[in-house]
Amino acid sequence: MSTTTKPATGPHASTLATLSEVFGEGVFTTSRFRDNLRLFVPASRLIDLLTVLKDRCGFGLLAELGATDYLGYPGRTRSRFEVHYVLRNLDTTERLVVKAGADDPDPLLPSAVPLWSGANWMEREVFDMFGIRFKGHPDLRRILMPDEFTAYPLRKDYPLRGRGERHNFPRLTRGES
Amino acid sequence: MAVGSSGRTSAPAGGPGSHLTVKPAGDLDVPENTILTRATDVVNWCRKYSLWPMPFATACCGIELMAVGASRFDIARFGAEVMRFSPRQCDLLIVAGRVAMKMMPVLQRIWLQMPEPKWCISMGACASTGGIFDTYAVVQGVDRFIPVDVYIPGCPPRPEQILRALMDLQAKIQQGGSLYGTALPEMAEREKFLEEKGNAPAGYAISQERGDEDRFGYRLPGGPARLGVEETR
Repeated sequence: MSTTTKPATGPHASTLATLSEVFGEGVFTTSRFRDNLRLFVPASRLIDLLTVLKDRCGFGLLAELGATDYLGYPGRTRSRFEVHYVLRNLDTTERLVVKAGADDPDPLLPSAVPLWSGANWMEREVFDMFGIRFKGHPDLRRILMPDEFTAYPLRKDYPLRGRGERHNFPRLTRGES
Repeated sequence: MAVGSSGRTSAPAGGPGSHLTVKPAGDLDVPENTILTRATDVVNWCRKYSLWPMPFATACCGIELMAVGASRFDIARFGAEVMRFSPRQCDLLIVAGRVAMKMMPVLQRIWLQMPEPKWCISMGACASTGGIFDTYAVVQGVDRFIPVDVYIPGCPPRPEQILRALMDLQAKIQQGGSLYGTALPEMAEREKFLEEKGNAPAGYAISQERGDEDRFGYRLPGGPARLGVEETR
């Protein structure tokens, strides 16, 4: 993984040109892995970047929204959580990944629902699994785990076998049922 | 149980044209083509050949369960083809597949909604033990939370195993099935009473019955009951 700031040629050239024209230097950093271009952006400028990408660069589809917990990751210096937005330009088939960090305690990011309605359930899933709150989300509650579940199971400090939630049911016997 | 049979094949020593009549103990004369049995056995025999399954299919075991219902394996041969999707109409719960912790209250509610008498088959490794899904979200065996009569191993089990489990359950119903439900404690007491009475020699009363006799003023030969009314209430 290498961090570069020089303008690239290839499929992302026009997008990067537009972004540097709008934001200039210092707002986001880029990195490449094979043919993936990733933009790292601080949470304060996330919505600005996504808005420009959607309105001026033609990324009409939010293909995926997910998160990662980097707790205990070797050599990790940035924030603990990282939320990634995979954007797709349906006209040019260009694909772009935007990443934003969130950190303990109370990881908080702005919501992307005003830009893409499809972010609604995906942000709810990230909230359900990692406990990352999205400010401005219209209906931020659990989507997969039951409502009475209290933990965030995909966090690295949550044990794989849980904390006894799967055994927390009444036991029906022949005499009682 | 006694069976009357005809002596068509060979002439017995009794004389020409005589019909063999089986005479059990006592002077009970059982006619030809007659079966003597107990009402409990008849009811159990009816029940075991008319199980109505409630398929609780959550995973790939459900696909095998569908195969059992289809013509190649044909669970109708065993009288259990009437898959109903309302627990009110079923008496056999087949848990096919893993049960997530979010699904467990649903399963328990379905079990409670089924009328008595009812039985349960835990089908496959996941329903029985959690299988490979040893995670926070998967219940490690439904028998932790609902009663299970028969377990089927396999991932998923072959349809023949399901038929085998059904036959095992039929044997279990024939042997241990009950006329009365097990829903209420007094029903269970009644069932125990009937079983005890069935095992007592003819003409002998059991203690609980004796208690009633005392209470209502009846006296039978054999003296007072071993236990009083209070102990048998």
